Amino acid sequence: MSFEKFLFYLFAALLVGAAVMVITRRNPVHAVLFLVLAFFNAAGLWMLAESEFLAIALVLVYVGAVMVLFLFVVMMLDINLAELRAGFVRNAPVALAVAVIMLGELVVVLGPARFGLDKYAAPAHRPADYSNTAELGMALFTRHIYAFEIAAVILLVGIVAAISLTLRRRPETKYVDPGRQVRVKSKDRLKIIKMDAEEKA
Amino acid sequence: MIALSDYLIVAAILFSVSVAGIFLNRKNVLLLLMCIELMLLAVNINFIAFSHFLGDVNGQIFVFFILTVAAAEAAIGLAILVVLFRTRKTINVADLDTLKG
Repeated sequence: MSFEKFLFYLFAALLVGAAVMVITRRNPVHAVLFLVLAFFNAAGLWMLAESEFLAIALVLVYVGAVMVLFLFVVMMLDINLAELRAGFVRNAPVALAVAVIMLGELVVVLGPARFGLDKYAAPAHRPADYSNTAELGMALFTRHIYAFEIAAVILLVGIVAAISLTLRRRPETKYVDPGRQVRVKSKDRLKIIKMDAEEKA
Repeated sequence: MIALSDYLIVAAILFSVSVAGIFLNRKNVLLLLMCIELMLLAVNINFIAFSHFLGDVNGQIFVFFILTVAAAEAAIGLAILVVLFRTRKTINVADLDTLKG
């Protein structure tokens, strides 16, 4: 068994093990941490498939940003775990049956008989000066530039939606409206009234 | 050498595990979101493997866009979850019956 194959089985076993831990842990914080482990091992698998840029992007974007967001939310919510775990054991046989049947069908279709090494030979290794990032960038910024711009708009919509959803407006707090503050004129503040002098009674 | 079927079977196992996770944790919205992330990861592994074995960089472009959309989805999903928890004090799917659907 070559070292590459050993690494593949190591990453794959850790990935599947971490995924199983994610769905079975009682504590959501542990589930998120195992999800981090799963993403990290998936990045290792991608590295073995010579897509270095996406492997590093997965670690940076997912492990670094999305999972931290998950952790923040998990720790912010005060959830009743016992209530949420109800039905876990009752659903287990159904879940196991569905998963095993699906996996069996997928393996029949995707197994070595159709996608083995004799059908799809392993490609030769890239030379050391080959840049996956450069090739990806060339494709992304030429043929796929339109989709790239749409992805940017989707991210912007994501930002706006997330902020506007969670922004809490409190009517009881006193705050300054900068727009009104800027527009105010001196005559709005001070009013001079003409009136006759009044005698003291 | 690592065969294409090895990658595909790993992705299939990962996908099946996350489907089982959706069945098991069907009351907890947070874990449902995590299972969806795992499913997207399985699909991405398929894309990467095919991109590697067919020598076509377009598969990696697809993964790039899936990652982008999944990140936006996670952000908005978690925002909805926070708002939900603020109003209902629960994230149990069974309690979300205001719309009587």
